[in-house]
Amino acid sequence: MSQRLTIGITPVVAGLAVIAVTFGLLNEHFLAPENLTNLMLQMAATGTISLGIVMVLLLGEIDLSAGSVSGLAAVVMTILSVNRHLPVAAAIALALLTGAAIGTLQGVLFTRLGMPSFVVTLAGLIGWQGLLLYLLGRGGTINLPFTGFVAKLSDTWLPAWLSWSIAALAIVAWSAVTALQRRLRETAGLPVTALWRAAAPIAGVAALLAGTIVLLGADRGVPLLLVLFVSMVVALDLGLRHTVIGQRIFAVGGNPEAARRAGINVNAVRVLAFAACATLAAVGGILAASRLAAVNQSSGGSDILLMAIAAAVIGGASLFGGRGRTYAALLGILVIQSITNGMLLLNVDSSIRFMVTAGVLIVAVAIDSLARKGSPGAAR
Amino acid sequence: MVLQVRDISKRYGAVQALQNVRLDLAAGEVTALVGDNGAGKSTLIKVIAGVVAADHGTISFEGRPVRINRPHDAQSLGIATVYQDLALCENLNVVANLFLGAEQHHGGLLRHIHMERTAHELLTSLDVRIPDIRQPVATLSGGQRQSVAIARALLGQPKLVVLDEPTASLGVEQTAQVLALIRRLRERGLAVLLISHNLADVLAVSDRITVLRLGRNAGDYRTDDADQDTIVAAITGARA
Ligand SMILES: Nc1ncnc2c1ncn2[C@@H]1O[C@H](COP(=O)(O)OP(=O)(O)O)[C@@H](O)[C@H]1O
Ligand SMILES: [Mg+2]
Repeated sequence: MSQRLTIGITPVVAGLAVIAVTFGLLNEHFLAPENLTNLMLQMAATGTISLGIVMVLLLGEIDLSAGSVSGLAAVVMTILSVNRHLPVAAAIALALLTGAAIGTLQGVLFTRLGMPSFVVTLAGLIGWQGLLLYLLGRGGTINLPFTGFVAKLSDTWLPAWLSWSIAALAIVAWSAVTALQRRLRETAGLPVTALWRAAAPIAGVAALLAGTIVLLGADRGVPLLLVLFVSMVVALDLGLRHTVIGQRIFAVGGNPEAARRAGINVNAVRVLAFAACATLAAVGGILAASRLAAVNQSSGGSDILLMAIAAAVIGGASLFGGRGRTYAALLGILVIQSITNGMLLLNVDSSIRFMVTAGVLIVAVAIDSLARKGSPGAAR
Repeated sequence: MVLQVRDISKRYGAVQALQNVRLDLAAGEVTALVGDNGAGKSTLIKVIAGVVAADHGTISFEGRPVRINRPHDAQSLGIATVYQDLALCENLNVVANLFLGAEQHHGGLLRHIHMERTAHELLTSLDVRIPDIRQPVATLSGGQRQSVAIARALLGQPKLVVLDEPTASLGVEQTAQVLALIRRLRERGLAVLLISHNLADVLAVSDRITVLRLGRNAGDYRTDDADQDTIVAAITGARA
């Protein structure tokens, strides 16, 4: 799988480099700390929704309702906390529960009735947005208090010492676990990869983290929103690769019939993935509401869903199921948001921006399709 | 006898797929089940594997009469079936495929190293050579995949292994690998039921041959005493 990751990650990293150089040359503000900070803030919400999309893409399915669900969850949270004066924690919990329930419902419709997932979730796309508009009523907009917990989420910056501590802790933990794994493999008589192959990614990520902290430190520091998003990406990746449930998601995505014959409850796995997707969409919706300090009729609407799906695919999650990692959401949203942000800086009309994003998406899907064709097991 | 099948009949609408079929499988023996297309071979192994219910007849396992109503019943008796479509997940590595649905874990956390070591030991004991068992199955040859599928069947400590056309899609060299693996199953004292169209393979690896024709028994032979012409005659019914 490690080999696959490098193949999958190379085009998107190259693409990011091209984007950085191009916009950096065209506009001196693009790579400035303040703009990069804005970029990080802009990508967290849609990136989180994209993370949910990765969960269903791993099964070879799609969730078109994720945008609407994100908006609906944000509205539910806002109404409960602002209009009904529930404690914020309770309002957030109920909003996440709403997402989970919607995902479970859609998953059950998909598995029990055998409806194609894109139809079930297309109905969701329309229906949940309808419910959002109904709940918002005539007012159309509800503001969140600027000093409240939710608004503060996207207006909090980590002090430098905390950023460095978290980064150092993560790198130390990763190194320690890697060293331990190598020792355990050696004692078990299993082949151990060359030390540099294990150390190189750790060193690379350490350098990346240090660079990010220094760069963002020149502005307001590392935004809490970025830490939240990246933590979710890492936690989900670990969960997918190191738990029984995660393994079974990959199995069902790779060959559902094989999984079924091996005694895996395929439908339960599918419902779980849809529930996870919608829950992450709800988280993304809350983060978006936090950025705006409000919810309105276009919450979760316009191009959010399409960007979330495009990000997952651009980042390297396969549309055909069974292949991909959560880092696809992080890298993909970075690509899309950089293009958006760079073109806004250059005052390029959004018409051009859409066409460029479409081009990037097509390239990403072409790479995915070619990788699938080229793989020895493509016959299936 | 590990498995004794007596008087099994199965009708699909107007088609009598099996009629009073008898089959004996002994430990440490490879029994080949041969017959023309439509002879009832697949139906018989589905009955043994619990995928299809027979209309009547009895099955005894290690001398005791048993009922096999579901695939799970067969598995818990110790009957492992490797179907022709191997049911592997191409995107997962060899270790993950071996433990598919039976992952070893501590509180939900996969025991990667433990599983990899078990997988390594199992494959080594079967003399199956795969350079890196952490590679996705998609990168393996047909013979290696067949070997992985057979090895997976062995993880459940079965007493009988049923192989449906294991060499059908393989080239000469890979067929030789798989036949060698079948011999190793016999050396381990397992009862093996081998379904095959390829008489050369059957004659090369089996101890006994059971012929089905039009859903009925059409002959039992010791492989040492049989030659290709005799078997072909039994399969086609050409013998007077
Ligand atoms: N599910 C089924 N429904 C109806 N007829 C079937 C079914 N399965 C097998 N048959 C019939 O039963 C007979 C035996 O089939 P099968 O066991 O597949 O033979 P073999 O595997 O030896 O080629 C054939 O005539 C076949 O058409
Ligand atoms: Mg058949």
